[in-house]
Amino acid sequence: MEQKNNPLSPHLQIYRWQISSLLSITHRIVGIINILAITMICFWSLSLLFGSESYEIVNNFFKSFFGKFIAVGLCWTFSFHILNELRHLFWDLGYGFDLKISKITGVSALIGSFALTILFYLIGKNIF
Amino acid sequence: MVQFNLPQNSKIEVGKYYKDETNSKNLKKVNVYRWDPSTKQNPRVDTFEVDMNNCGPKVLDILFKIKNEIDPSLTFRRSCAHGVCGSCAMNIDGVNTLACIKSHTDISGDLNVYPLPHLKVVKDLIGDLTTLYKQYESIKPWLQTEQTGKEKEEIRQSQKDREKLDGYYECILCACCSTSCPSYWWNGDRYLGPAVLLQAYRWINDSRDGDKKDRLKKVADELKLYRCHTIMNCTNSCPKGLNPAKAIGSIKKMLATS
Repeated sequence: MEQKNNPLSPHLQIYRWQISSLLSITHRIVGIINILAITMICFWSLSLLFGSESYEIVNNFFKSFFGKFIAVGLCWTFSFHILNELRHLFWDLGYGFDLKISKITGVSALIGSFALTILFYLIGKNIF
Repeated sequence: MVQFNLPQNSKIEVGKYYKDETNSKNLKKVNVYRWDPSTKQNPRVDTFEVDMNNCGPKVLDILFKIKNEIDPSLTFRRSCAHGVCGSCAMNIDGVNTLACIKSHTDISGDLNVYPLPHLKVVKDLIGDLTTLYKQYESIKPWLQTEQTGKEKEEIRQSQKDREKLDGYYECILCACCSTSCPSYWWNGDRYLGPAVLLQAYRWINDSRDGDKKDRLKKVADELKLYRCHTIMNCTNSCPKGLNPAKAIGSIKKMLATS
Protein backbone atom coordinates (compact mmCIF):
# COMPACT_ATOMS: atom_id res chain seq x y z
CA MET A 1 0.00 0.00 0.00
CA GLU A 2 1.35 3.42 -0.92
CA GLN A 3 1.38 5.34 2.32
CA LYS A 4 3.67 8.26 1.84
CA ASN A 5 1.03 10.88 2.41
CA ASN A 6 -0.99 9.14 5.05
CA PRO A 7 -1.01 11.12 8.26
CA LEU A 8 0.55 9.92 11.49
CA SER A 9 -1.98 9.34 14.21
CA PRO A 10 -1.56 11.62 17.25
CA HIS A 11 0.51 10.20 20.11
CA LEU A 12 1.98 12.43 22.85
CA GLN A 13 -0.70 15.00 22.08
CA ILE A 14 -3.55 12.72 23.14
CA TYR A 15 -2.11 10.01 25.35
CA ARG A 16 -3.15 10.37 28.97
CA TRP A 17 -0.26 10.56 31.42
CA GLN A 18 0.04 7.58 33.73
CA ILE A 19 1.87 7.78 37.06
CA SER A 20 4.35 5.26 35.68
CA SER A 21 5.11 7.18 32.49
CA LEU A 22 5.32 10.49 34.36
CA LEU A 23 7.83 9.10 36.83
CA SER A 24 9.77 7.47 34.01
CA ILE A 25 10.31 10.70 32.09
CA THR A 26 11.01 12.58 35.34
CA HIS A 27 13.63 9.96 36.16
CA ARG A 28 15.41 10.63 32.90
CA ILE A 29 15.27 14.41 33.13
CA VAL A 30 16.40 14.33 36.75
CA GLY A 31 19.23 12.00 35.74
CA ILE A 32 20.55 14.56 33.27
CA ILE A 33 20.26 17.34 35.86
CA ASN A 34 22.19 15.19 38.33
CA ILE A 35 25.03 14.61 35.89
CA LEU A 36 25.28 18.37 35.36
CA ALA A 37 25.11 18.90 39.13
CA ILE A 38 27.89 16.42 39.82
CA THR A 39 30.03 18.11 37.18
CA MET A 40 29.38 21.48 38.80
CA ILE A 41 30.26 20.09 42.23
CA CYS A 42 33.55 18.81 40.79
CA PHE A 43 34.31 22.25 39.38
CA TRP A 44 33.37 23.79 42.72
CA SER A 45 35.77 21.60 44.68
CA LEU A 46 38.39 22.38 42.05
CA SER A 47 37.83 26.09 42.56
CA LEU A 48 38.47 25.68 46.29
CA LEU A 49 42.07 24.94 45.39
CA PHE A 50 42.41 28.51 44.18
CA GLY A 51 41.94 29.93 47.65
CA SER A 52 39.43 31.73 49.77
CA GLU A 53 38.44 34.25 47.14
CA SER A 54 36.94 31.70 44.81
CA TYR A 55 35.35 29.99 47.80
CA GLU A 56 33.72 33.29 48.69
CA ILE A 57 32.11 33.54 45.24
CA VAL A 58 30.53 30.09 45.49
CA ASN A 59 29.55 30.66 49.10
CA ASN A 60 27.82 33.93 48.24
CA PHE A 61 25.96 32.23 45.42
CA PHE A 62 24.56 29.56 47.70
CA LYS A 63 23.63 32.20 50.27
CA SER A 64 21.38 33.95 47.77
CA PHE A 65 17.75 32.91 47.40
CA PHE A 66 18.37 31.47 43.94
CA GLY A 67 21.36 29.51 45.23
CA LYS A 68 19.33 28.07 48.09
CA PHE A 69 16.59 27.14 45.66
CA ILE A 70 19.12 25.30 43.51
CA ALA A 71 20.58 23.51 46.55
CA VAL A 72 17.19 22.34 47.78
CA GLY A 73 16.22 21.43 44.21
CA LEU A 74 19.29 19.28 43.86
CA CYS A 75 18.45 17.57 47.16
CA TRP A 76 15.18 16.60 45.56
CA THR A 77 16.61 15.48 42.22
CA PHE A 78 19.14 13.22 43.94
CA SER A 79 16.55 11.84 46.40
CA PHE A 80 14.09 11.11 43.63
CA HIS A 81 16.66 9.54 41.37
CA ILE A 82 17.95 7.23 44.08
CA LEU A 83 14.49 6.14 45.22
CA ASN A 84 13.21 5.58 41.69
CA GLU A 85 16.42 3.78 40.78
CA LEU A 86 15.62 1.38 43.62
CA ARG A 87 12.41 0.51 41.78
CA HIS A 88 14.42 -0.16 38.64
CA LEU A 89 16.76 -2.36 40.66
CA PHE A 90 13.87 -4.46 41.90
CA TRP A 91 12.40 -4.62 38.39
CA ASP A 92 15.73 -5.92 37.15
CA LEU A 93 15.56 -8.61 39.81
CA GLY A 94 12.13 -9.49 38.51
CA TYR A 95 9.96 -8.04 41.26
CA GLY A 96 7.37 -5.28 41.41
CA PHE A 97 5.90 -5.51 37.91
CA ASP A 98 2.40 -5.96 39.21
CA LEU A 99 0.32 -2.94 38.22
CA LYS A 100 -0.83 -2.19 41.76
CA ILE A 101 2.59 -2.69 43.32
CA SER A 102 4.30 -0.56 40.69
CA LYS A 103 1.81 2.23 41.37
CA ILE A 104 2.35 2.01 45.11
CA THR A 105 6.14 1.99 44.78
CA GLY A 106 5.94 4.86 42.28
CA VAL A 107 3.89 7.07 44.56
CA SER A 108 6.06 6.11 47.52
CA ALA A 109 9.19 7.08 45.61
CA LEU A 110 7.64 10.45 44.82
CA ILE A 111 6.46 11.14 48.38
CA GLY A 112 9.70 9.74 49.78
CA SER A 113 11.76 12.06 47.61
CA PHE A 114 9.97 15.08 49.06
CA ALA A 115 10.32 13.71 52.58
CA LEU A 116 14.05 13.19 52.07
CA THR A 117 14.40 16.70 50.67
CA ILE A 118 12.76 18.17 53.77
CA LEU A 119 14.97 15.99 55.93
CA PHE A 120 18.12 17.19 54.16
CA TYR A 121 16.91 20.77 54.48
CA LEU A 122 16.35 20.41 58.22
CA ILE A 123 19.73 18.72 58.66
CA GLY A 124 21.30 21.56 56.69
CA LYS A 125 19.61 24.05 58.99
CA ASN A 126 21.02 22.23 62.03
CA ILE A 127 17.57 21.59 63.41
CA PHE A 128 18.57 18.21 64.81
CA MET B 1 13.71 9.21 15.96
CA VAL B 2 12.10 11.27 18.64
CA GLN B 3 9.71 13.73 17.12
CA PHE B 4 7.30 15.30 19.55
CA ASN B 5 5.21 17.26 17.06
CA LEU B 6 3.03 15.80 14.38
CA PRO B 7 4.20 16.26 10.77
CA GLN B 8 2.53 19.00 8.76
CA ASN B 9 0.12 16.67 6.95
CA SER B 10 -1.02 15.13 10.24
CA LYS B 11 -1.97 18.28 12.15
CA ILE B 12 -5.52 17.88 13.34
CA GLU B 13 -8.11 20.40 12.26
CA VAL B 14 -11.53 21.17 13.70
CA GLY B 15 -14.12 19.09 11.86
CA LYS B 16 -17.86 19.07 11.43
CA TYR B 17 -20.37 19.34 14.24
CA TYR B 18 -23.31 16.96 14.03
CA LYS B 19 -26.13 18.34 16.14
CA ASP B 20 -28.57 15.99 17.76
CA GLU B 21 -31.87 15.69 15.88
CA THR B 22 -33.76 13.43 18.27
CA ASN B 23 -34.40 16.08 20.94
CA SER B 24 -32.99 13.71 23.51
CA LYS B 25 -32.16 15.08 26.94
CA ASN B 26 -29.44 12.55 27.59
CA LEU B 27 -26.73 13.60 25.16
CA LYS B 28 -23.05 12.75 25.02
CA LYS B 29 -20.57 14.62 22.88
CA VAL B 30 -18.34 12.23 21.02
CA ASN B 31 -15.19 13.58 19.35
CA VAL B 32 -13.91 11.25 16.66
CA TYR B 33 -10.71 11.46 14.65
CA ARG B 34 -11.45 11.44 10.92
CA TRP B 35 -9.24 11.17 7.90
CA ASP B 36 -10.37 10.38 4.39
CA PRO B 37 -7.66 9.20 1.98
CA SER B 38 -9.72 10.27 -1.04
CA THR B 39 -9.44 13.94 -0.12
CA LYS B 40 -6.14 15.71 0.23
CA GLN B 41 -7.18 17.41 3.44
CA ASN B 42 -5.60 17.11 6.87
CA PRO B 43 -7.20 14.88 9.50
CA ARG B 44 -9.95 16.47 11.55
CA VAL B 45 -11.94 15.79 14.69
CA ASP B 46 -15.70 15.58 14.15
CA THR B 47 -18.07 16.05 17.04
CA PHE B 48 -21.25 14.00 17.25
CA GLU B 49 -24.07 14.53 19.71
CA VAL B 50 -25.31 11.07 20.56
CA ASP B 51 -28.63 10.22 22.20
CA MET B 52 -27.57 7.99 25.06
CA ASN B 53 -31.11 6.91 25.96
CA ASN B 54 -31.13 4.69 22.91
CA CYS B 55 -27.59 3.41 22.86
CA GLY B 56 -25.73 0.38 24.14
CA PRO B 57 -23.28 0.60 27.04
CA LYS B 58 -19.99 0.21 25.21
CA VAL B 59 -17.98 2.67 23.16
CA LEU B 60 -18.32 0.35 20.17
CA ASP B 61 -22.11 0.69 20.49
CA ILE B 62 -21.73 4.46 20.22
CA LEU B 63 -19.54 4.14 17.14
CA PHE B 64 -22.10 1.83 15.54
CA LYS B 65 -24.90 4.23 16.40
CA ILE B 66 -22.98 7.06 14.72
CA LYS B 67 -22.27 4.92 11.67
CA ASN B 68 -25.85 3.67 11.38
CA GLU B 69 -27.75 6.84 12.16
CA ILE B 70 -25.56 9.89 11.66
CA ASP B 71 -22.58 9.38 9.36
CA PRO B 72 -22.26 6.08 7.46
CA SER B 73 -18.79 6.98 6.23
CA LEU B 74 -17.26 6.54 9.70
CA THR B 75 -14.70 3.76 9.39
CA PHE B 76 -13.36 1.47 12.10
CA ARG B 77 -12.31 -2.16 12.53
CA ARG B 78 -14.40 -4.49 14.61
CA SER B 79 -15.31 -8.11 14.61
CA CYS B 80 -16.27 -10.14 17.67
CA ALA B 81 -17.47 -7.32 19.96
CA HIS B 82 -16.55 -9.44 22.99
CA GLY B 83 -12.94 -8.51 23.64
CA VAL B 84 -11.55 -11.63 22.02
CA CYS B 85 -10.44 -10.67 18.52
CA GLY B 86 -8.65 -7.41 19.22
CA SER B 87 -9.86 -5.66 16.07
CA CYS B 88 -11.45 -2.61 17.67
CA ALA B 89 -8.34 -1.44 19.54
CA MET B 90 -8.27 2.36 19.60
CA ASN B 91 -7.37 5.27 21.82
CA ILE B 92 -10.38 6.06 23.98
CA ASP B 93 -10.27 8.85 26.53
CA GLY B 94 -6.49 9.03 26.19
CA VAL B 95 -5.72 5.37 26.81
CA ASN B 96 -5.54 2.50 24.32
CA THR B 97 -8.21 -0.12 24.83
CA LEU B 98 -10.83 -2.19 23.03
CA ALA B 99 -13.93 -0.21 22.12
CA CYS B 100 -16.11 -3.30 22.60
CA ILE B 101 -15.29 -3.78 26.28
CA LYS B 102 -14.81 -0.16 27.33
CA SER B 103 -17.96 1.17 28.93
CA HIS B 104 -18.80 4.80 28.17
CA THR B 105 -20.16 5.18 31.70
CA ASP B 106 -16.54 4.97 32.94
CA ILE B 107 -15.80 8.19 31.10
CA SER B 108 -17.07 11.46 32.44
CA GLY B 109 -17.49 14.38 30.08
CA ASP B 110 -16.89 14.28 26.35
CA LEU B 111 -15.75 11.07 24.77
CA ASN B 112 -12.57 11.32 22.69
CA VAL B 113 -11.87 8.57 20.20
CA TYR B 114 -8.62 8.43 18.21
CA PRO B 115 -6.87 5.68 16.27
CA LEU B 116 -4.02 3.82 17.97
CA PRO B 117 -1.17 6.33 18.46
CA HIS B 118 1.81 6.85 16.16
CA LEU B 119 0.62 4.73 13.26
CA LYS B 120 0.10 5.63 9.63
CA VAL B 121 -3.63 6.17 9.34
CA VAL B 122 -5.38 4.14 6.64
CA LYS B 123 -8.76 5.76 7.20
CA ASP B 124 -10.53 7.32 10.19
CA LEU B 125 -9.86 5.04 13.17
CA ILE B 126 -7.83 2.46 11.28
CA GLY B 127 -4.07 2.48 11.73
CA ASP B 128 -1.57 0.53 9.65
CA LEU B 129 -0.08 -2.34 11.68
CA THR B 130 2.07 -3.85 8.91
CA THR B 131 5.34 -3.18 10.76
CA LEU B 132 4.06 -4.82 13.92
CA TYR B 133 2.95 -7.93 12.06
CA LYS B 134 6.33 -8.17 10.34
CA GLN B 135 8.05 -7.91 13.72
CA TYR B 136 5.72 -10.59 15.04
CA GLU B 137 6.74 -12.85 12.17
CA SER B 138 10.41 -12.18 12.90
CA ILE B 139 10.24 -13.90 16.29
CA LYS B 140 8.89 -17.09 14.66
CA PRO B 141 5.71 -17.45 16.69
CA TRP B 142 5.44 -21.20 16.22
CA LEU B 143 6.84 -24.28 17.90
CA GLN B 144 10.42 -25.18 16.89
CA THR B 145 11.34 -28.81 17.41
CA GLU B 146 13.83 -31.29 16.07
CA GLN B 147 11.08 -33.78 15.44
CA THR B 148 10.55 -34.83 11.88
CA GLY B 149 6.87 -35.56 12.15
CA LYS B 150 7.36 -39.32 11.88
CA GLU B 151 7.64 -39.88 15.64
CA LYS B 152 4.91 -41.88 17.27
CA GLU B 153 5.06 -39.89 20.52
CA GLU B 154 3.59 -36.44 20.92
CA ILE B 155 5.51 -33.78 22.86
CA ARG B 156 4.00 -33.78 26.30
CA GLN B 157 3.78 -30.81 28.63
CA SER B 158 3.27 -31.11 32.37
CA GLN B 159 0.57 -29.09 34.03
CA LYS B 160 3.24 -27.08 35.81
CA ASP B 161 5.01 -26.20 32.58
CA ARG B 162 1.71 -25.33 30.98
CA GLU B 163 0.96 -22.93 33.83
CA LYS B 164 4.11 -21.00 32.94
CA LEU B 165 2.29 -19.76 29.87
CA ASP B 166 -0.59 -18.31 31.85
CA GLY B 167 -0.73 -14.57 31.47
CA TYR B 168 1.07 -14.78 28.13
CA TYR B 169 -0.92 -17.09 25.86
CA GLU B 170 -4.04 -14.94 26.37
CA CYS B 171 -2.58 -12.09 24.30
CA ILE B 172 -4.84 -11.26 21.36
CA LEU B 173 -2.34 -9.03 19.54
CA CYS B 174 -4.63 -6.02 19.54
CA ALA B 175 -1.52 -3.75 19.62
CA CYS B 176 -2.87 -1.58 22.45
CA CYS B 177 0.35 -2.04 24.41
CA SER B 178 2.85 -1.50 21.60
CA THR B 179 1.17 1.68 20.40
CA SER B 180 0.99 3.05 23.96
CA CYS B 181 4.75 2.76 24.41
CA PRO B 182 6.77 5.98 23.89
CA SER B 183 9.86 3.88 23.14
CA TYR B 184 7.92 2.16 20.38
CA TRP B 185 6.74 5.53 19.07
CA TRP B 186 10.30 6.77 18.66
CA ASN B 187 11.98 3.52 17.63
CA GLY B 188 9.11 1.46 16.24
CA ASP B 189 11.11 0.46 13.19
CA ARG B 190 13.71 -1.42 15.24
CA TYR B 191 12.42 -1.85 18.80
CA LEU B 192 10.10 -4.86 18.83
CA GLY B 193 7.62 -3.35 21.29
CA PRO B 194 5.74 -4.91 24.19
CA ALA B 195 3.27 -7.02 22.21
CA VAL B 196 5.90 -8.82 20.15
CA LEU B 197 8.27 -9.19 23.12
CA LEU B 198 5.48 -10.70 25.21
CA GLN B 199 4.92 -13.18 22.41
CA ALA B 200 8.66 -13.83 22.20
CA TYR B 201 8.67 -14.62 25.91
CA ARG B 202 5.67 -16.89 25.49
CA TRP B 203 7.70 -19.05 23.06
CA ILE B 204 10.95 -18.82 25.03
CA ASN B 205 9.00 -20.01 28.06
CA ASP B 206 7.30 -22.95 26.33
CA SER B 207 8.74 -26.21 27.66
CA ARG B 208 8.02 -27.96 24.35
CA ASP B 209 10.07 -25.53 22.30
CA GLY B 210 13.56 -26.63 21.32
CA ASP B 211 14.91 -23.31 20.19
CA LYS B 212 15.06 -21.39 23.46
CA LYS B 213 18.74 -20.42 23.21
CA ASP B 214 18.47 -19.19 19.67
CA ARG B 215 15.30 -17.25 20.45
CA LEU B 216 17.01 -15.51 23.37
CA LYS B 217 20.07 -14.77 21.26
CA LYS B 218 17.99 -13.24 18.51
CA VAL B 219 16.03 -10.96 20.82
CA ALA B 220 19.11 -9.82 22.81
CA ASP B 221 19.72 -6.60 21.00
CA GLU B 222 20.29 -3.02 22.11
CA LEU B 223 17.35 -1.85 20.02
CA LYS B 224 15.09 -4.88 19.73
CA LEU B 225 14.83 -5.48 23.48
CA TYR B 226 16.67 -2.93 25.59
CA ARG B 227 14.71 0.08 24.35
CA CYS B 228 12.24 -0.95 27.04
CA HIS B 229 12.76 1.46 29.93
CA THR B 230 9.93 0.06 32.07
CA ILE B 231 7.64 2.99 31.36
CA MET B 232 4.77 0.56 31.98
CA ASN B 233 2.29 2.24 29.63
CA CYS B 234 1.88 -1.21 28.07
CA THR B 235 0.68 -2.89 31.25
CA ASN B 236 -1.51 0.09 32.04
CA SER B 237 -3.32 -0.19 28.73
CA CYS B 238 -3.63 -3.95 28.18
CA PRO B 239 -7.38 -4.64 27.84
CA LYS B 240 -6.82 -8.30 28.75
CA GLY B 241 -5.06 -7.40 32.00
CA LEU B 242 -1.76 -8.96 30.93
CA ASN B 243 1.67 -7.68 31.89
CA PRO B 244 4.01 -7.14 28.92
CA ALA B 245 6.43 -5.16 31.12
CA LYS B 246 6.90 -8.23 33.29
CA ALA B 247 7.44 -10.43 30.24
CA ILE B 248 10.15 -8.08 28.95
CA GLY B 249 11.68 -7.94 32.44
CA SER B 250 11.74 -11.73 32.50
CA ILE B 251 13.56 -11.88 29.14
CA LYS B 252 16.12 -9.37 30.41
CA LYS B 253 16.59 -11.40 33.57
CA MET B 254 17.00 -14.63 31.58
CA LEU B 255 19.66 -12.99 29.44
CA ALA B 256 21.46 -11.64 32.49
CA THR B 257 21.50 -14.98 34.27
CA SER B 258 22.08 -17.38 31.38
